[in-house]
Amino acid sequence: MAYSDKVVDHYENPRNVGTLDKNAEDVGTGLVGAPACGDVMKLQLRISDDGIIEDAKFKTFGCGSAIASSSLVTEMVKGKSIEYAQGISNSTIAEELNLPPVKIHCSVLAEDAIKAAIADYQKKRASRLAAADASPKA
Amino acid sequence: MKLPIYLDNHATTRCDPAVVEAMLPYLTETFGNAGSRNHAFGWAAQAGVDQAREQLADLIGADPKEIVYTSGATESDNLAIMGVARFYKEKGRHIITTNIEHKAVLDACHALEKEGFEITYLPVDTLGLVTAEQVSAAIREDTILVSVMHSNNEIGAIQDIAAIGAACHDKGVIFHSDAVQSLGKVPFDVAALNVDLVSISAHKMYGPKGIGALYVRRGRPRIRLEPMIFGGGQERGIRSGTHAVHQIVGLGKAAELAKAAFTNGEIERVTGLRDRLWSKLQAIDEVYLNGPVPGPQRLPNNLNVSLAYCEGEAMMMAIKDLAVSSGSACTSASLEPSYVLRALGVEVELAHTSIRFGIGRFNTTEEIDYAADLVASKVGWLRDMSPLYELVKEGVDLKSISWTAH
Repeated sequence: MAYSDKVVDHYENPRNVGTLDKNAEDVGTGLVGAPACGDVMKLQLRISDDGIIEDAKFKTFGCGSAIASSSLVTEMVKGKSIEYAQGISNSTIAEELNLPPVKIHCSVLAEDAIKAAIADYQKKRASRLAAADASPKA
Repeated sequence: MKLPIYLDNHATTRCDPAVVEAMLPYLTETFGNAGSRNHAFGWAAQAGVDQAREQLADLIGADPKEIVYTSGATESDNLAIMGVARFYKEKGRHIITTNIEHKAVLDACHALEKEGFEITYLPVDTLGLVTAEQVSAAIREDTILVSVMHSNNEIGAIQDIAAIGAACHDKGVIFHSDAVQSLGKVPFDVAALNVDLVSISAHKMYGPKGIGALYVRRGRPRIRLEPMIFGGGQERGIRSGTHAVHQIVGLGKAAELAKAAFTNGEIERVTGLRDRLWSKLQAIDEVYLNGPVPGPQRLPNNLNVSLAYCEGEAMMMAIKDLAVSSGSACTSASLEPSYVLRALGVEVELAHTSIRFGIGRFNTTEEIDYAADLVASKVGWLRDMSPLYELVKEGVDLKSISWTAH
């Protein structure tokens, strides 16, 4: 596969590889894909109370373009709002990396990973708020 | 040591310089048409064609008259299968093959299904092997042909074709074998192996691309074929077309060198390099061998391993100093992992992480050591980036997760 220079750069020097504490209240984790399909992405976002993505980390099992797509989205979302991150579409990722048609599904997976991570964070936050509401006021 | 290192010798091989040297005069000085019977240019070309036929026949223990030149093994496979099917179709319309054959065999069979033939695709065991008993049990009254490759291009499994051929002959069925990967690597004798038709390629044994041959048995039983290419009646009418004399001469020289490989130490050297690579890779955590253990059931130059949690295409990008291949879906247009590995029952997750090494005549110990070290270091790099490896290290059973197939 002849990849664009951008894919090769993100693959060879992946940004923000790592792990955040998945049990932390302010961390949302998205795990998408399937080993049987040959790609799995884990994207983690640390989000402030006012909805700003303060940190992003990824780990990806997959081909070069899957790794590059996840590396790229960590760069795109860092410092941005939840709303902005939710608006990132796979076509933006695919265009940015100039992905060949056969690799478009990698960008779809990256979009899914953002949405899954935000959903996880929002679920945690909702149950935290509900718990706070339910607890008796001092 | 020059980079990148070529370790993809099942895909193709570098022409041996001696082959090129043998070919060159046939492009400039001895350029005649071997079919020109009435002048010196034609005679000289014909002499080159004849000599190559002897060299090739000598490699496989055949009579030179049993060699038919083709454009390569794809054509040889097609000609063997289509040629037998169409010639013997009144006798029967059933063909037996395996589910790990090369596409040149499988797709020829698929084409025959559209012409009303019935094909039985025998399953292989976890090492990639079929038995003579399986073949024998599948033979029916209307079976006209069995096609089983001598050795597999991905996993290097060597079939017991002597037994399979004997089972075919017991029941009067013609036996074809694709021996493309075997010649010059394991001894191959058409009489000992009970084969009637054998596909041969030059470029897999240090010869040029674009030339191959089909061995067609002439006696007990004499095999007849319906031609696929019509014209000037070359190759006794089985394969028309002006002889590609320089290519044929290259094939002949390659065959001569392939035979010498058994006596000049090449086979032992290549086997040693493969074993060295395997012993080094075995030191890596969670590396799985695909196909038979190195030994008599495996090609001496083949190694195929799954590097768990490291997707194959990503691995190939990481080790770009090495030319290898992968059974990962991401390296194929179909996005399906290798059908050969799947036929062995290799789990699809592991099939995605497979890497095939094909060692050759021109590889060195230094190159093998470099390759092993590079793979080991990149396995570590990719696993540090792999969410699957992280989960496993946390003690999570990957099968317990409900993955979203996409």
